[in-house]
Amino acid sequence: MLFTPTVVKNLLKKPATRKYPFEVREPFPKYRGELVIDIDRCIFCSSCERKCPSQCIAVDRDKGTWQCDPYACIYCGYCVDVCPVKCLSMKDVHRKPSTEKTEWIEQGTPPRHKKKETPKDAAPKGTAPVLDKSAAAAEEAAPAATEVAPEAKAEERPAAKDKKKDEKKGKK
Amino acid sequence: MATTVIPFGPQHPVLPEPVHLTLKVEDEIVKEAIPALGYVHRGLEKLCEIRDFNQMITVCERVCGICSMIHGACYSQSIEELMGIEIPDRAKLLRVIWSELHRMHSHLLWLGLFADAFGFEALFMQFWKIRERIMDINEATAGSRVIVSVNIIGGVRADLSPDQLRWILSELDIVEKEVRELQDTMMNDYTIKTRTVGIGVMTKAQAWELGAAGPTLRGSGVAQDMRQQGYGGYAFLDFEPVVETAGDCWARSTVRFREVLQSADLVRQAISKLPEGELAVKVKGNPPEGEVYHRVEQPRGECMYYIRGNGTKNLDRLRIRTPTFANIPPLLAMLPECELADVPVIVLSIDPCISCTER
Amino acid sequence: MKGKVIDVTLDNVVGEVMNMKNDGQRLVSFSTYNAGEGKIGILYHFDKALENTHLRLVADMDKPIPSVSGVYFSALLVENEIRDQWDVKFDGLVLDFNRTLLLDPEVTKVPLANNLKIGPKN
Repeated sequence: MLFTPTVVKNLLKKPATRKYPFEVREPFPKYRGELVIDIDRCIFCSSCERKCPSQCIAVDRDKGTWQCDPYACIYCGYCVDVCPVKCLSMKDVHRKPSTEKTEWIEQGTPPRHKKKETPKDAAPKGTAPVLDKSAAAAEEAAPAATEVAPEAKAEERPAAKDKKKDEKKGKK
Repeated sequence: MATTVIPFGPQHPVLPEPVHLTLKVEDEIVKEAIPALGYVHRGLEKLCEIRDFNQMITVCERVCGICSMIHGACYSQSIEELMGIEIPDRAKLLRVIWSELHRMHSHLLWLGLFADAFGFEALFMQFWKIRERIMDINEATAGSRVIVSVNIIGGVRADLSPDQLRWILSELDIVEKEVRELQDTMMNDYTIKTRTVGIGVMTKAQAWELGAAGPTLRGSGVAQDMRQQGYGGYAFLDFEPVVETAGDCWARSTVRFREVLQSADLVRQAISKLPEGELAVKVKGNPPEGEVYHRVEQPRGECMYYIRGNGTKNLDRLRIRTPTFANIPPLLAMLPECELADVPVIVLSIDPCISCTER
Repeated sequence: MKGKVIDVTLDNVVGEVMNMKNDGQRLVSFSTYNAGEGKIGILYHFDKALENTHLRLVADMDKPIPSVSGVYFSALLVENEIRDQWDVKFDGLVLDFNRTLLLDPEVTKVPLANNLKIGPKN
């Protein structure tokens, strides 16, 4: 008899829990769920690599690769704060559990050093196809990153860079 | 009477973490307890040799899973003291808000586990249901449920918008109302009283001499709380430590229960006094040569940091003394002459956090 | 560093700690640091009414240090920890784990004595 009001209340109330896999709560917008990189905007400055507390990021400036060990990442978001071009961001949904260990390597276009440009300029036709390949590889690695057709984009960018180079040459 | 040796742990249903106690038992009465630690020793203090002083914040946050915010704040405050940095008032009070939210969810977690230790499953679920609201606040405002990671040297890196502040206040009202509904059960229930009153008694003099910390100390009638020092934003707030005098398991659980309500009050005070302004100041250079000793109050008690800088980006020495480390000797004094069936309740009443202890 | 620092030596450390206890101070903990080649610095932190007092002892690592666990029982854990981390022996420990409080018995390297360098990953 003592518990009748409580029992009636509890029968009419909604449960406090959710049926998780079928019913998922809306994520909070600021949640640090998964690190994502827009590799096309990355300038390979290695700021994230230096700042990372768990040393899970490896940036290779010459090859144009950005590598992250997702199992070492602690999702602190320091790299997002430090990135000068804001190409790193945090998705508000965390990664689903997986049965295999995966590697996460992003291939982008390495920036050209001012000093290194001079020898490469001798054979501009030779460098262009290499860049095409690397950009295409980046598209393959992250197919959902952009909707632009890979070939069109790959052709566009080196051309634009060549133009800039020509301008610089002219100034010299 | 013949002595029997009964091992308690390292895996025991009341504790999610591994600690071992060798109990020497005569009949049903415990005569002596010898601890054995070292099952989760990680050697975090050594990491300051290769991680720079900014990266060490994330390491300190991971000393303990439950009071991570306060570890981070304590480390940042120590480094700021070493480098002579004065952080903005807004940053100080924001640190207080997240710290007190952490204290609330830690105490609610403990109250649930304590109820679970003497088999009160329904109460356990109620406390954890309430706790979920605070975890949601953490997740929505700072980006993570437990390791909020808001501290940087020189301030904080997350801000609370007016909308979020209003939402926190309304959530706190619900939390406080729901906690008060459980007050009568937690303090006056017949079953709980028979399991806790007069169990594991520690007198005021004993607690002081054995170096107890936090609720274990205040449950024995010593009004000492590190927040009285007025470090950080606590200088702006009205604060009075919660004290109980009985010194038994009931007193310790009551201290924690009342601290949940007190923390809710401190969050409200901090929000009402939150000034506009910068979140962080720019920090230049490395920590200079010198040493700093800083103490803060964590949910489990007083936590001490000793830091020695050497002028480079790496620290010379980082020493962390966590509250449970101080509370193990009092536990060893509480256990003799208690019944074997009460051991889980007494062990849990100091709120042991073994990963903290071993770092 | 906040609080008063008093220098002590191996001979009078136990006596000074006893004085602190008679004064009604609470032992917070010890801190250790490397005080030059083969030397260890130990700070004994005390607290009374939120006031800090520290005793500083600089001693050789190869000689045993008198234990204060007879005065303050709570010193036993931290002295065992120092035994683990620096391989410094304490005379008269009430409960001696002999370097196995945190470490396993088969560990032979002393972690904090700066003979064990951790390098970067890989």
